[in-house]
Amino acid sequence: MKGFWPVYKKELYATFASPIFYAVAFIFLVVTGIFFYLILDYFNHLSFELAQNPMFARQVNVMEIALRSFFLNLSFILLFLAPLITMRLYAEERRSGTIELLFTYPISDSAAVAGKFAASATAYLLLLVGTMPGIITFALIASPAWKPIVAGYLGTFMIGCSFISLGLFTSSLTQNQIISAFAAFGMLLILWFIGETATLLGPGLGSVAEYLSVTRHFDAFAKGVLDSRDLIYYLLFVTLFLFLTHRQMNSYRWRG
Amino acid sequence: MIEAEGLTKFYGPIAAIKDVSFQVKKGEIVGFLGPNGAGKSTTIRILTCYMPPTSGTARVDGLDCMERSLEIRKKIGYLPENVPLYRDSTVRRFLRFAASAKGISGGKIEKEVRRVVGMCGLEKEVNRIISHLSKGYRQRVGLAQALISDPPVLVLDEPTIGLDPTQIIEIRHLVQELGHNRTILLSSHILPEVAQICGRVLIISKGEIVATDSPKNLTSQLQKTTRIMLEVSSPAIEIAPAIEKIRGVQRVEADAEGSGKFIIEADPSSDVRPDIARMVVEKGAGLLELRAVQLSLEEIFMQLVTREEIAEKAPSLEETSHVEVAE
Repeated sequence: MKGFWPVYKKELYATFASPIFYAVAFIFLVVTGIFFYLILDYFNHLSFELAQNPMFARQVNVMEIALRSFFLNLSFILLFLAPLITMRLYAEERRSGTIELLFTYPISDSAAVAGKFAASATAYLLLLVGTMPGIITFALIASPAWKPIVAGYLGTFMIGCSFISLGLFTSSLTQNQIISAFAAFGMLLILWFIGETATLLGPGLGSVAEYLSVTRHFDAFAKGVLDSRDLIYYLLFVTLFLFLTHRQMNSYRWRG
Repeated sequence: MIEAEGLTKFYGPIAAIKDVSFQVKKGEIVGFLGPNGAGKSTTIRILTCYMPPTSGTARVDGLDCMERSLEIRKKIGYLPENVPLYRDSTVRRFLRFAASAKGISGGKIEKEVRRVVGMCGLEKEVNRIISHLSKGYRQRVGLAQALISDPPVLVLDEPTIGLDPTQIIEIRHLVQELGHNRTILLSSHILPEVAQICGRVLIISKGEIVATDSPKNLTSQLQKTTRIMLEVSSPAIEIAPAIEKIRGVQRVEADAEGSGKFIIEADPSSDVRPDIARMVVEKGAGLLELRAVQLSLEEIFMQLVTREEIAEKAPSLEETSHVEVAE
C-alpha cells in the first residue's frame, strides 16, 4: 500500500476545497434535519395515542419506528448525494491528465484506489457527525436505548461506504463527472429497489433479489441488531467495487 | 541508463510505435525528435511506466519497467506533455503531495519543496493557486515536481511547448544545468532547441526510429551535396551558365530573380569555391560573398521524416529532386 497517505491527504484536501462538498453537506444536513423534525413529531403523536391505549402500546416499539425511518431516510438522501462526492475522484484526474502523474509517481494502484475511497468515506463520516446534535438532543429528552442508535449509525455508515465504493467505480469509467454521477445514481437506485421485486419474482429468484438489495441488509441495523450477514454483505460490496475500480484503472493503463 | 528493446505499442489496431530500440547512457542528454503523432509520447509513457508496451522491453537503470515499476518510478522525474497539474491546489501543497508521494519522509518534505522551488524560480508563486499562474510558471511547477527527490533520470515531454522565447531560453538553461549530473531524455519537435541542448538526437517518424546520432554527425552524414551561397554586385551579367560548366557543380539556382544571389549545389568531394571565385572575377560581376552553407538540422529532419512519404507520392512533386539529391 505504498502511497496511501499522500493520496488520502490529497483527496481529503481536494474534497474540502471544492464547493460541491459544501453544497452536498448543506442539502444533506437541511433535509435530514427536516426529516428528523417530522419523525419526532410523528413519534410524539404516536406516543400520545399509545398512552391512551396501553394494550396496543406493548406490541409497538416507538423507538424502533422512529429511528428506523430516520436512518432509512438518511441513507436514501445519501443515495443522491454520495455520487456527487465521488464523481470527481477518477473522472477529474482523467479529464485533466493528472492521472499521468498519479500513474508515474511511486504509488501502487491499489494504494491510490484505497486512498481515494478512504478520503471520501472520511468526508461522509463528517456528514454523519453533523446529524448527531439532533439525535443527542433527542436522547437527552427521551432517554432512549443507546444500542439501536449506535447500530443505526454503524449501518448508515456501512451503506454510505458501499455507495461511495460504487461511485468510485463509476468515476473510474469515464472522464465526465456528470456521466459518472448519473451512472452511480442509476446503479444505486436499482440496488435500492431490487428488494421490492422479490414478491414478483417468486420464492427462488426473489430471495436472491432480496439478498442483493442494499436496503434489506440495512433493516436489521436500523432495528438495532448487528447481524454478521449484513456486515459481511456491506464489506463484500465495498471490496467488490474497490476491486473493480482497481481492475478498471489497470485496463485504462493498458489501453493508454 | 535507459534501454528500449523492440518496443511496440498498439492502440486497438493502430500501431503507435513499431519495434523502437535505443539506449541512453548515464549522464547523456538525448533529444527525442519527431513530428506530432510520430510516437514520442507513447515511447516516453512506456519508459515512465505510465503504460505497458504491447511487446518489447523497456529498462531503466537495469530494471524492467513492467516488473519493477514502483522502483523505477522513484528514479524518474517526469514532466508529461501539456503539464497536467492539480490546478485547484497551491504550488506548495501540490509539491508537498509530490514529495510525499515520492516517498520523502514528513520532516524533510518542506526542505525538499524549498529546494525545487528555488531551482525553478518559483519563490514568489509558492502560495498561489496553480490555475492562477501563467503558462510559463505552470511549466516551472511541472518541472519542479519532476525534480523532487532529485531523481537520476529526467524525462521531459515537450518541455518548452507553448512558451515565449524568453521562457524557452530559461528552461533550456535549466535543463543544461540539470544535465551536468543527470541522464535526460527530452522530446521536442523544435529542432534548434534540441541541437543546442542535446549531445545526441533520436529521430522518430511514424513510430520508427529513423536516425540516431549527434546533431553534427547527422548533418555531415546527410549532406550529400555542398551548398554554396554566392552574391555578386552586378546581376545583369550572365554568370549562371558559366558556373554550371565548372567541374563538380551540379546545380545553380538564382535565389531571387535579379538580386544577384545564387545557391550552388556541388559535389562535396572537391571544393569548387576557388574556381567559382576566379570565374566571377574574370566575368567582372563583382564578387560580394561566397560561402559554404551547412544543411540545417531542420532540413535533415525534413529529409528523414518525409523520405517515405515522398517515395509513396507521385514523383512529379517538387521535393522529389531534393530527396534524390539527398540520397
